[in-house]
Amino acid sequence: MKKMTIISGKGGTGKTSLVGCFAALAEQRAVLVDGDVDAANLSLITGPTLVEEYEFRASKVAEIDRDSCNSCGLCRDLCRFSAIYEDYIVDPVSCEGCGFCFYACPHDAVRMEERLSGRWFISQTPYGILVHARLGIAEENSGKLVTTIRNKGQELAEAGHKEYLIIDGPPGIGCPVIASLSGVDSALIVTEPTVSGIHDLERVLTVCKHFGVKAAVCINRFDLGKVQSAAIERYCHKEEIAVAGKISFDRAFVEAMVRGMPVVEYSTGPLSRQIGEVWDTFSSLC
Amino acid sequence: MINLAIASGKGGTGKTTVAVNLALALEQENIQLLDCDVEEPNAHLFLKPDFDYKADIGIPVPTINLAKCSFCGRCAEVCAFNALAVFQDQVMVLAELCHGCGSCTYLCPEKAITEFERPIGVIESGTVHGIDFAHGRLNPGEAMSPPLISAVRKLGNPGSITIIDASPGTSCPVVTAVNGCDFCLLVTEPTPFGLNDLALAFQMVSKLGIPAGVIINRCDIGDDGVENYCGEKNLPVLQKIPWDIELARLYARGEPAVLHLPAWRSRFRDLYKRILELRKGAVR
Repeated sequence: MKKMTIISGKGGTGKTSLVGCFAALAEQRAVLVDGDVDAANLSLITGPTLVEEYEFRASKVAEIDRDSCNSCGLCRDLCRFSAIYEDYIVDPVSCEGCGFCFYACPHDAVRMEERLSGRWFISQTPYGILVHARLGIAEENSGKLVTTIRNKGQELAEAGHKEYLIIDGPPGIGCPVIASLSGVDSALIVTEPTVSGIHDLERVLTVCKHFGVKAAVCINRFDLGKVQSAAIERYCHKEEIAVAGKISFDRAFVEAMVRGMPVVEYSTGPLSRQIGEVWDTFSSLC
Repeated sequence: MINLAIASGKGGTGKTTVAVNLALALEQENIQLLDCDVEEPNAHLFLKPDFDYKADIGIPVPTINLAKCSFCGRCAEVCAFNALAVFQDQVMVLAELCHGCGSCTYLCPEKAITEFERPIGVIESGTVHGIDFAHGRLNPGEAMSPPLISAVRKLGNPGSITIIDASPGTSCPVVTAVNGCDFCLLVTEPTPFGLNDLALAFQMVSKLGIPAGVIINRCDIGDDGVENYCGEKNLPVLQKIPWDIELARLYARGEPAVLHLPAWRSRFRDLYKRILELRKGAVR
């Protein structure tokens, strides 16, 4: 099985729209994972039907029992996340769940409560199984949630003898990105021909190298910045990174999204042909 | 003084464009821009500041004095992040997992633990176009961005109009960037993805108790879901930016619109006035 993650560094370059297309192009041979757990969108273009739902509990939050607390202030002095207010109420948003206050409190007034940090789902789509999640609002541990659904996706792909595990990654380079890259064979970096796109591509490529993940690049809306697009191609050539394809700016990209379907199912125009080429090149590279 | 956050849920909706152009439009004021998207900072590509201050930022991680250690295992027991493993005559510190909470150092019965700063990134600041600019850059491969974001926010001047450019999403890096701000601009696009992520971002700022307004970028593509949503939620739409090839070309080259198309300067000044009016309304 080939395990692949679609990332970008910069947000909004078209990752999810492409993953939706890849799902359709893989013709039932893939399991899909939406690894962007704090702004998950893949379900909006793949028409999923929910099959199973799970709670995600991976961290704890401190709670202070006011009857046992004698306001000595030790927990407030020790907490490095400034999570305990003057009235000994814990701010759940700032609380890191480290348990320092729980262990240090001389009056055993602190309890560590499990927090419901999100939910994750197994759904059926016309293109195969989709494993996705919703991190609770302002919750932490997105990396662990990504790892949970990535592992589940892999398990289901193996059990179903699928050829591909396709993971839609989050933007950025931080913990959920690292979690979505962990253990995969290759990454497709979707970039755009702008100074921001180039800058962020370079940083996310460094992350791929750091974790030994083979990378290829796709330039979306390449015709909106031909100078920058050429610069990206030169950069990839120098770094010996394959350019899996270039995609033109086309309003069909958004029109398909509005209709809740992958572009390749919506249009038979040049855009769909270009995306098909990217899939063929990338899936044979990895 | 006002702390004004710019967030979005969905990536690539134009947060940095709004942050940079708003800062430039207000350059006669006491204005500061903090780029708190430390994973992929981009504002400096448009402002091109000369940095005159740079500092390494780290997380305090434990180091074990084996001569004092009795290998009792207490440090590993109290670590909520599995960053310590104690063997018969050895202690392993998995520094990348450490959140720097300090529990192990404080609770070690032998006082065998001291801490050192493990670098995770840098912060830099400088002045450009009269804007006090600062940002952070997370080292690639590093997972934990919130301590670096907090370090950038500490550079905030009391007394300035401080614009804070956040990363996309709604989880801890964004919360660290926007928490405690006076107002949050949510930049979105009128598409199903934009709507879904705007709703998440609005729930986040509501949970944090921050008043918000919306900017709809590329307002002439997509559908009317975002506008309907804003109407239902009484969420003010403060600005609409049409899709424009000239704006897209300027953006691609790293040129702020306000410096090339003067009409945008007054549009962003008007945006700021509307935010101030909304805040007055909220206070009243």
